[in-house]
Amino acid sequence: MRGTRSKADQMAEPVMNTLQELYRSLEARGLSPEQRQVIERELGQTEHEHLYAPPPPAPSLYAYNDLDVLQQMVPSPVASMLAYQTLDHLLQRDLQREKDGFPRKIRMGKLVKPGRDGDDKVVVIPTTVEEKFIHGQIREESEGGEEGEEPGEGGIGEGEEGEVIGEQPVHEEQGGGEGGPGQGQGGAHELESTIYDLGRVLTEQFALPNLKDKGKKRSLTRYAYDLTDRNRGFGQILDKKATLRQVILTNIGLQRLGNLDRIDTGNLIISPRDRVYRILSKEKDYESQAVVFFVRDYSGSMAGKPTELVVNQHVLIYAWLTYQYQNQVTTRFILHDTEAKEVDNFQAYYSMQVAGGTQVASAYRLVNQIVVEEELARDYNIYIFHGTDGDDWDTYGEEAVPELEKMLVYASRVGITIAENGFAGSTRSEVEKYVTKSGLLESKKELLRLDVMSKDSTEARVIEGIKILIS
Amino acid sequence: MELISQHAKRIMEGCKNRAREAGLRFQDETLEYIVTNRDLLELSPKIMIPTLYDYWVQDVEVLRESGRYELYPNNPYETVINTRPPISYYNDNNPDWLNVMIFYHVIGHIDFFQNNLFFRHTWDYDFNSRALADKRLIAKLRSEKGRWVDYVIEFSRAIDNLVGYFDLLADLGQEESDRSLSMLDYYFDIFLQRGPRSSISLYSKEIDRFNRMLREYPEDGETRFLKTITEKHAELEALYTKKAKEKKVVGRCDLLQFLMEYSPFLNREENQWMLMVMEVIRSTSLYFQPQIRTKILNEGWASYWHEQLFLGDDRIKGHEVDFAIVNAKVTSMPRVGLNPYALGMRLFQYLEERADKGKTGLEYFQTTDRDQRRSFDRATGKGRDYIFHIRENYCDSMFINSFLDQDFIDLHRLFVVGKRMNKEKMTWQYYVRSRKAVDYKQMVADSLYHPPRLEVNATDNNILVLNHIFEGKPLVRDFISGVMLAVEFLWGGEVHLFTSDPIPVKVDQENEAQGKEEKPKRTTSWKRFRYAVKEGKVTRTLAE
Repeated sequence: MRGTRSKADQMAEPVMNTLQELYRSLEARGLSPEQRQVIERELGQTEHEHLYAPPPPAPSLYAYNDLDVLQQMVPSPVASMLAYQTLDHLLQRDLQREKDGFPRKIRMGKLVKPGRDGDDKVVVIPTTVEEKFIHGQIREESEGGEEGEEPGEGGIGEGEEGEVIGEQPVHEEQGGGEGGPGQGQGGAHELESTIYDLGRVLTEQFALPNLKDKGKKRSLTRYAYDLTDRNRGFGQILDKKATLRQVILTNIGLQRLGNLDRIDTGNLIISPRDRVYRILSKEKDYESQAVVFFVRDYSGSMAGKPTELVVNQHVLIYAWLTYQYQNQVTTRFILHDTEAKEVDNFQAYYSMQVAGGTQVASAYRLVNQIVVEEELARDYNIYIFHGTDGDDWDTYGEEAVPELEKMLVYASRVGITIAENGFAGSTRSEVEKYVTKSGLLESKKELLRLDVMSKDSTEARVIEGIKILIS
Repeated sequence: MELISQHAKRIMEGCKNRAREAGLRFQDETLEYIVTNRDLLELSPKIMIPTLYDYWVQDVEVLRESGRYELYPNNPYETVINTRPPISYYNDNNPDWLNVMIFYHVIGHIDFFQNNLFFRHTWDYDFNSRALADKRLIAKLRSEKGRWVDYVIEFSRAIDNLVGYFDLLADLGQEESDRSLSMLDYYFDIFLQRGPRSSISLYSKEIDRFNRMLREYPEDGETRFLKTITEKHAELEALYTKKAKEKKVVGRCDLLQFLMEYSPFLNREENQWMLMVMEVIRSTSLYFQPQIRTKILNEGWASYWHEQLFLGDDRIKGHEVDFAIVNAKVTSMPRVGLNPYALGMRLFQYLEERADKGKTGLEYFQTTDRDQRRSFDRATGKGRDYIFHIRENYCDSMFINSFLDQDFIDLHRLFVVGKRMNKEKMTWQYYVRSRKAVDYKQMVADSLYHPPRLEVNATDNNILVLNHIFEGKPLVRDFISGVMLAVEFLWGGEVHLFTSDPIPVKVDQENEAQGKEEKPKRTTSWKRFRYAVKEGKVTRTLAE
C-alpha cells in the first residue's frame, strides 16, 4: 500500500502535463467536436489528483448525547445486527411492497463504518433511509471535494485569523487491515460472513442464477499431508500426553487407582490400545477458486451517480460470487483514469474520489499484466467486472479492444457496466460503441457481457444489471 | 431494565433536595432504570421511549448520514425522557460520585423540560402512557388491516417533519382565540383593507368617525355606526355572512394536519382508520419538536447545574478530581467542532456574570466608553434570576441570536474554522477563518435544525399544491420522489411541489491559470421547478 501511495504522490505533480501531452497527441490524430468536448470537460477537473473523500466533518452538535458523554454507553452498531429481523423476513416484506405498487425500501450492500479511533469494521447490512423533505447542500460543492463556500466549523483556542492550526493527510490511512490486537481477524471475518449472507439472499430472493458447473475446469481441491490425525495402536509419532490420559482412563476403568492423590505409576497397566499416535493424513486444502478483478473508472466524468451505481453493483457481485464459491474468492481492485493502479482493499476502492481523464485500455492492460505475471490463469476462474461511464479518450477502442481480446482468452466472464453520466445526451458512449463494433459481444457471447444503464437507475435496476452480466 | 438500587435512589432524593434549594423546580416523582447494552439496542430505535409503537424500520440499520439529525427531530441516546414521571437510564456499574453528577445533570434536564415554554404542550400528559395506548392502537389496527398500517406509518413519517409546531405553540399562548368575527371587526380588519390600494387616511377617518359616534351616543353608537356603513356599502352584509361561514383553514404549514382534514381519500368511510395512525405519528413528532430546538440550551443548562451542584455537594467530598476528569470531557470545547454542552454552559455562566453586574440593561448599552463598559458593575445580584428567565423563555435560535456577542467570542477565544487543501503536502489544512462574532453566530445558526417550510393548498380540481418557501437551500433531491409518492397516497390524487433547484454556472476558465491561491469561482443561480406526481410517476419541469 505504501508503495502505491508514494507513487501516486509523485504522479500528482506532472500529471497535468502528461495529460495535456496526451491530449495534444490525440488532437494531432484528429478529434471530432464531441470528443474534444468530452476530453476538455475532464481536463477541467484534473487540477486536483484523485483524492480520498474530504476530511470528515467534526461531529454535528446534535451528535453529542448524554449517554455517550456521561456514561460512555452507546452500543456498537455491529452488535446491534443481532437485533435485526432475519434478512429473509425483511426481503419478503420488500417484495410485497413491490406487489402493492410501492418502490422497494430495503437497500443492500451499503457499507457502514462504525467504530471510532481507527478500529473501523466494514460490514454489509440491509439498510434503509426514511425519505423526508430536508434541506441539502448544493450538489456541485459536495462532490467536488474542494473548498467551496461550505459552512465552517467551530473552534477554540489560539491562532490569528488565517493561521493554520492543524493538518490532516489527504490520503486517509487505512485503519482496517492492522486494527488493534485481536481486531483485524475478527473484522475481516465480519465482512466475509455478512457478504456471504448477502450473496445467499441475492441468489435466492432476487433469483440471481447459480453458477454452472464448469466440467472442464480442473479440480481445484488440493491435498496436503499433515500429522494431524490421531490413531490408537500405531502411527508415526507417539502423542505422550494423550497416551498418558488414555492409560489413566483404562486404569480407572479397571479400578486400579484407589487413592487419586497418590498414584503409583509403577502399578499402572498399559494396554497396546492405549498408545495414541499422530498419523500422517490427507488434508483437503482448498485453494481459492475464483479471482475477481473489479475495475472502476474514476475519471472526472464519473462524479456522483455513475460511481455510486458502479460501486454498489460491484459490492453485490462480490457478495454473489462469495456465496457461489463458498467464500473461496480472491478479489483484486483496480482503478483507472488515464493510468491504472491497483489498490488493496475495498475501502480504498470505494472511497477514491474521481478526477482526471479516461483511458480504458490502461486498466485492461494492467489486468492482463497481473494475470500473466502471477500465472493466475492456470489455477483460477477469473472474472473481470468493469464499471465506467463509457467515456474514453481512445474513441475507437484502438488500444482497448486488443487488450479486451487478450482478456477473453483466459477469463470466465468479463462484465462491463456502463452507467451513463448523462453529459453527452442520448448518444451512445464510446465504450459501448467500440465494444459493439468489435463484434466480440456476438462472437464471444459466453464470455463478454455489456450492460448499459442510465444514471438514474434504481437498486432494482442494478441487480437486474448483475443478472445480465453473470447469467 | 430494572430500577436502580435503594441506595442509589436515596442519593437521587438527596440530589433533588439540594437542587430544589438552589431554585430548580420539578415534580417529585422520577423513575431511574439500570439499562444494559441489550436494552439500549431495543430502546434507541424507539428513541428511549420504552412504550413507543413498533415499526419495522426500527429493526433495520437506518443509514446514518451526516444530515441524519435533519431527518429525526430527536436524539436516540437521551439519558432522560420528558415523561410524567421523567424516566432516566443508568449504567449498572457507575460509582456513587458519578451517579451524583449524572443525577444533577438529569435534574437539570427535568427542570428544563418542565419549565421551558417551548415544551408547554407536553406538560399536561404523560407521553409514556400515551405512547402505550398508541402502541396498542396500532397493534390492534395491524391485526385488522395488516401491512397497510405500516404503509400509513411510513407515509406519515415521510412528512412528520412538516408539522405546525409553532402554530400549536401560538394556539396555546392565546387564551380565547375562538372569539367569533363581528361585523365591526370584519369592516375594519378585512373590508377596509381589501384591494391593492387600501387607503390609510380612509381607515383612520373611519376610526375617528366610529369613536366620535361612540362618544356622542354612548347608548347605541355602535349600532348607529353599523347602520351608516351598511347603507353606504350595500355588499358589506353579504360579504360578511360569506366570510363568517368560511371554515378556518387548518394546516397551512402542517401537511399532516392538512391531509387529515381535507384529503378526500382519507375521509372516505373505509379509510377513516388511517387518520388515527396519522394522528399518532403527528403527535409523536410534535412531542419531540422542542427537544431538538433546545439542544444547546438544554444541555448547557444541565451542565451548568451539574457542575454547580456537584461541587457544592458535601456527600461526595474527595472525588473532585474524578469529577474534574469526566466534567472536562463533557464540557470542554473541542479545538475543532461544536459541543452543545460546552457552548450552552459557557453562555449561561457568561450571562449570569453579566446580569450580576447589571450589564443587561439600558444603562449599560448606552455606555459607549470601552473602559467604562469593561468596569461596569452595578452589583445587582440578579444573575440567577436572569438565567432562570432565559431557561424559561428561549430556544436555541433565540439564545444564539441574542447572546453570542463579540465579548463572549473573545473571552473564550472562539473562531470559525475553515478547511482548504494544501497541494504541496497533500493535506487538508484547518485554519482560523474568522474570529468575528457575526461569522461565529452565522456558523452556529447554520448548524441548527431547520426543517423546510412548505405552504399547503388544494386547487379547485383537487390537486394538492406544496409550495416550498425558498431559504437559500435546495431540498435533498434524492428524497423528493419518495416523499411525493407518500403524499400522493395520502391525498389520493395528483400532487405538485414547487421548489428551487440550483443551476451551477460554469467555472470561469481564466481563474484556473492564476495559480493555486485563486479558487475557481463557482456561482449558482436558482430556478423554480415543479415536481408533479400522478399515478406513481414523478416528473420534474421548469416552473418559470
